[in-house]
Parts: sequence; structure tokens; C-alpha cells
Amino acid sequence: MVQVEKGTFTVKKGLAEMLKGGVIMDVTTPEQAKIAEEAGACAVMALERVPADIRAAGGVARMADPTIILKIMDAVTIPVMAKARIGHFVEAQILEKLGVDYIDESEVLTPADEEFHINKNDFKVPFVCGARNLGEALRRIGEGAAMIRTKGEPGTGNVVEAVRHMRRVMSEIRRLQNLPEEELMTFAKEIQAPYELVLEVKKLGRLPVVNFAAGGIATPADAALMMQLGSDGIFVGSGIFKSKDPKKRAKAIVAATTHYNDPEILAEISKDLGEAMPGIEISSIKQEERMQERGW
Amino acid sequence: MQIGVLAMQGAFLEHIRSLEALGVKGIEIRKKNQLKEIDGLIIPGGESTTIGKLMIEFDLMDTVRSLVEDGMPVFGTCAGLVLLAQEIIESDQPRIGLMNAKARRNAFGRQIESFEVDLDIPVLGEDPFHAVFIRAPFLEEVNPPAEVLARFMDKTVLARQGNILAAAFHPELTNDLRLHRYFIELAK
Repeated sequence: MVQVEKGTFTVKKGLAEMLKGGVIMDVTTPEQAKIAEEAGACAVMALERVPADIRAAGGVARMADPTIILKIMDAVTIPVMAKARIGHFVEAQILEKLGVDYIDESEVLTPADEEFHINKNDFKVPFVCGARNLGEALRRIGEGAAMIRTKGEPGTGNVVEAVRHMRRVMSEIRRLQNLPEEELMTFAKEIQAPYELVLEVKKLGRLPVVNFAAGGIATPADAALMMQLGSDGIFVGSGIFKSKDPKKRAKAIVAATTHYNDPEILAEISKDLGEAMPGIEISSIKQEERMQERGW
Repeated sequence: MQIGVLAMQGAFLEHIRSLEALGVKGIEIRKKNQLKEIDGLIIPGGESTTIGKLMIEFDLMDTVRSLVEDGMPVFGTCAGLVLLAQEIIESDQPRIGLMNAKARRNAFGRQIESFEVDLDIPVLGEDPFHAVFIRAPFLEEVNPPAEVLARFMDKTVLARQGNILAAAFHPELTNDLRLHRYFIELAK
């Protein structure tokens, strides 16, 4: 009998590898999902509301209604992701049962647990989690996340926080690579990360899983900026369907993620995109209302 | 010798790493003029719809097709297999479309059905090949001059038609370099 293994870390991480160099777009309807697929998205995130609307609505944000997720799964052939609240392992069980291709344990939704994240090793479906620094990324990977993204500040159309988080992770990796063996345990203690994963990052010179940028990306130039800073790919939340011409902007962001190092092409595809989503200055958001502060 | 790896989207870096492990230079291909410099082309795993659209938008599709028609060796893995098949079931997506075969996308199911398994690949010798399948396609029909090189559960997962090689799985995600070596022999 041939042994077939499903739900291994290799296949979980493997799907994220296949998404690299691509754009994952937030969508709330099957029509939007089709627009995203048509524009060249490598996956979509099925939601009830995009982060900008969640921010505006306030209250408690939860997993989307399964009906919406299933309709979106029916509408497209590319992978479909969906969000569960931090620590809400039953929402994750439901999403796994629906057959979504990736679960985002996301700070965009209101956390269900203020101490613990989901034990992602319990699941066959892979998880992506947000991180602001190396320690947070490695804690999530330790819990079983097969993909990491920066948190940024979702729903703002302001890339500054995503840049901060990506630079932070990269500079901590560079620092780690220059540390002598005897300092590694203390480094792991300082950043509150599992020691074994710290050793692995030192060996690889990068995170052991794919690392995307998310939170505030609104233009092709934003996407290319994040790629040049070392992202493996891009999540765009509100940036597409809160802009004037979603089709055109979606297509331009996809092209910018492929040609991130080519200013000539970037200049061409940035033309005549219509108005971007309205942005929010981060300092105008109260500390306790910042989504990036969620997660432990 | 230089092998190009199409870098529209997907796991192109892993292929370059596999090529380098065999002492062959791999270069990322994003523009048409880069196709002149290569002796063979790998089309990596990723989203076949995304890769196909970008090949059209940046005007690589026709050039790649005519280079392959003129005999340039090409190796497609997963999404690459889909793009090489003449027919794609229930899809009118852009494709290179030169292998006389019918591909079915996401043929084993969604991500929770993704799997690893040891495959028998006679052309690579007796040892089984550990293969990683991710939302993988298979070839439902393979017609001459295309020939089946490996099957799993009665489905074709590796096929060759002269200079065209197509795998439903991801040899770039494991350390077994035999399939890349087999392809490089075609390019010599």
C-alpha cells in the first residue's frame, strides 16, 4: 500500500511557496472575487467586510458567514482564504470543514482570547498569522503557522506600519546572523521566541516560512516597495475595492509585484489608476484602536 | 549552459536553487528579451491563471511558444504543467498549449487534500521519488507524441513530449535532484 500523507507541514508551507510573488486580495462578494481572479490575484481572502469598513463600523468583528465564503469558493478557481479571530479555534474548525485553502488568524477581527493563539498544529488546513517583529513571527510559527505576514495597520491605506514591521523583522534577522553561538539563548529570551526556531533562522538567513506584506498597501508603488524590502508577496485588503477603479488598480498591483525592481514598468503601470482609497494618518488612531496591538 | 525560470509569480527561486545544486546557472525571466539568453526554460508552480495573464500582458506568451516549437526544452511543474497542456478542462485561460494532453486543475481537491507520496518513475531509476502535490493538477488524457512517464492512482502525473516535460508535483520543494537532472540532459 502506498503511503499518502496529507496536512503535513511541507504541504502547508508548500502552498504559501506557490503564492510567492503574487497578490492576495480581500473580497466580500463572488463578483469581487471574479474581478480579483481576472486581474491576476494568486488567491483571495473571503470576508464579510474589508478592514476599512470593519474599522468604521466598530463593535465586534467575527468570522464571515459560511454562505459568503462558500459562494466565493464556488466563484473562483484560485485558492480562497478566510479569517478566524485570534484564539477562536472553533471558527477555525468551521473554516477547515468548509474547505478553505488557508486560514488567517487575524488581528483585523476582534480577538477571542487575550492570552493564547490557536494551536495551529492541530489542523490539516494551513494558517497565516500577522507579526510585527521576529519574536512574534517565531511564536506563531512555533504554534504551527505555515506563513507569516506583516501586520501593518489594516484598513488605513497607509503603508508606514507595514514598512516598519518588515524592516524590523529583516533587521532582527541580520542582527541574529552576526551573533556568536553563546549569545543565541539570551537573544531567544529577549525576543521571546522558541530557541530551535532562532537557530533555524540563523542558519537560513530568513524566516523558515514565506513572509508576505499586509496592512495599508494601496498603490502599485506600495506593493513594489514592500517587495524591495524583502517581502515574498503582497496582501491587499481595502486598497483595491475601496479605490475608484478596482479592476485597473488590482491589475496594476499584480504587475508591480512581479516587476517590483523595474522603475520603467512601475512608472507605466502607475498611470491613470483613478483615486486610491482615502488614507488615515496612524497618529490619529488611538493606541487601543490599533489592530496591530492585538496578538501576544 | 543557462536555464531560465519564468518569474511571473510562484516558486521560481526554489527551481533556481535546484539548478544551482546541479551546478547550472538559473536566471529569473520576467521580460521577453531575456529569453534570448537561455538554453531551456522552467515554468514553476504558482497560480496558472496569474502566470498566464502576466505572460500575455508582458508579451512573453508567443515568444515562449515559438521557442518551444523550435525545440527549446521546457519543464513545467504544477501550474507549469497546466500551461503546457493543449486542453484545460473547464477553462479558457491563456496557455502555451503545446503538449498533446488534457489537464484538469485542482484535480485532487482543495488544499486539505494536498499530499506527499513516493512515486515510481522508471526513467529516473529504481528508487522511488518523493513527490509533493499541492492543489495539484493531473493529465486526464495523454495522446501521442506525448508519453506518460509516471502515474499515481491511475492518473498521469509526469509526461514528456520530445523537448516538453510536465510534472503535476513539485520536485523543487524536495532535495531529490533527479528530475531536474533529467531535464538538464534534454537541454544539453
